[in-house]
Amino acid sequence: MTIANAVVQGIFLGAFYAVLACGLSIMFGVMRIINLAHGDIAVLGAYVVFVIVQATGMSPFVAFIVALPVMIVLGYLLQLTILERSLKSGILTPLLATFGLSIVIQNLLLIKFSPDVRSLGGEAGAVTTSSWQVTSGLSVSALGIVILVVAVLVFGALQLFLSRTRAGWMMRATAEDADAAELVGIDSRGVYARATALAVAIAALGGLFLAIRSVFDPLSGPTQLIFAFEAVVIGGMGSLWGTLLGGLALGVAQTLGAQINPEYSALSGHLLFLAVLVVRYGGGRVSLRTAR
Amino acid sequence: MTLLRVENLDCRYGLLQAVRGVSFEVGRGETVALIGANGAGKTTLLRAIVGAHKPYGGRVHFDDADVTSTRAHSRVSLGIALVPEGRRLFPSLTVEENLRVAATRQGRWNVQSVLEVFPLLQPRRHMPAANLSGGEQQAVAIGRALMSNPRLLLLDEVSLGLAPIVVDSVYRSLAGIISEGTTVLLVEQDLTRALKVAGRVICMLEGRIVLEGEAASLDRDRVVSAYFGLQRPA
Repeated sequence: MTIANAVVQGIFLGAFYAVLACGLSIMFGVMRIINLAHGDIAVLGAYVVFVIVQATGMSPFVAFIVALPVMIVLGYLLQLTILERSLKSGILTPLLATFGLSIVIQNLLLIKFSPDVRSLGGEAGAVTTSSWQVTSGLSVSALGIVILVVAVLVFGALQLFLSRTRAGWMMRATAEDADAAELVGIDSRGVYARATALAVAIAALGGLFLAIRSVFDPLSGPTQLIFAFEAVVIGGMGSLWGTLLGGLALGVAQTLGAQINPEYSALSGHLLFLAVLVVRYGGGRVSLRTAR
Repeated sequence: MTLLRVENLDCRYGLLQAVRGVSFEVGRGETVALIGANGAGKTTLLRAIVGAHKPYGGRVHFDDADVTSTRAHSRVSLGIALVPEGRRLFPSLTVEENLRVAATRQGRWNVQSVLEVFPLLQPRRHMPAANLSGGEQQAVAIGRALMSNPRLLLLDEVSLGLAPIVVDSVYRSLAGIISEGTTVLLVEQDLTRALKVAGRVICMLEGRIVLEGEAASLDRDRVVSAYFGLQRPA
């Protein structure tokens, strides 16, 4: 029963990783940008929610709705000011630009909020503490279910958006051939800005879940980025459903590893990541040139 | 009535000058063929007209408005559409999605009317564009350009890489589109075909226009010598 429990807890954990990874996957899929500041943007989102909760005393979930427009505008501006310029000068520049952005966000958060560790778990109310005992060895937490349901809803809504709506086709068309997209009347700059706004908004959702299910501080971003990045790679870069499955696989690998020894949690996730890399790219070299 | 006026256009790729001081006009309802050997600058010229290539100098006027600094997607909404060289479809989108994503201007052309002109696409409607044959892809590319209901349609080597029988059917559909009054500027390697479909011919050589005239008034030998630069203008 403990293995079953580990798998179930792993799925809940993995749903959280999938939400974190979703925006990373969108930005890579649409613009071929690997956003090294993605984790820090998620943490920034957590702080925005934190500030609203502190000021108003509202539930973090409601505060997130309030924070959402802020994050969307931030995403737009990020694309139009930093990423668009850096995209013009090759594949390496966005990587450096987002690496710099990551450092800037961390330090701004340190200045504003000090290195104190925070959590929104208390403010979120009963959802963080409720759980159901299914059998003696298996319990299901309310928060785990909330995160899993939200993750499936987010990925499902994105899938519908991309496959059924004209705006979604425009995003896919631009992702596949931005130059040709312009030629059929699609404003590729606008599509890129919307994609980044979407990615930043979903990153903030990941930040909210991070803040509720555990703790965060100004330097939490890079760890979140690593897990998100691993989820994207395990699921196959640029594939949306792959990212969801990749996140779940990473979560299950971590909880199964922890079952053997709590110290093996992150390690077994990394091992899965490496195994996927070896199986998928084994024999051949992964070069930056083929990534474009 | 002039629809397109290109003035002294100069396009460069770094140090390479692909288009050198090209000026010409295309009147409303005209069909003009742009011919010339590989590397003459035809594709670059078309890309500059639609805004996909930023010219080094010169101006592009469309319908009496200067569009030189207008971005490509905005020129589509003004009524300029290009069928690019190599078709450039969106491979994961279905035929219908490829068409509908390009529907920027209302008018005679919609998914239904495009499928009527290219009936071979009807059974392929819900298939990803990546799975189509070359001729079908070319039909989608032309249909996609038509979806914006262009006033000026630019076609870049629509016959490239297609079997002669497929080229015939593409040109038959094209003749129907031209007869409806759409202004067309097309790049074509096949001289006979260009002279047959176009009212006027512009021949480029090494980035310059070396010959321009009514298709009916030009004899083949003059065009051929201009095409290969046998009699270089001083």
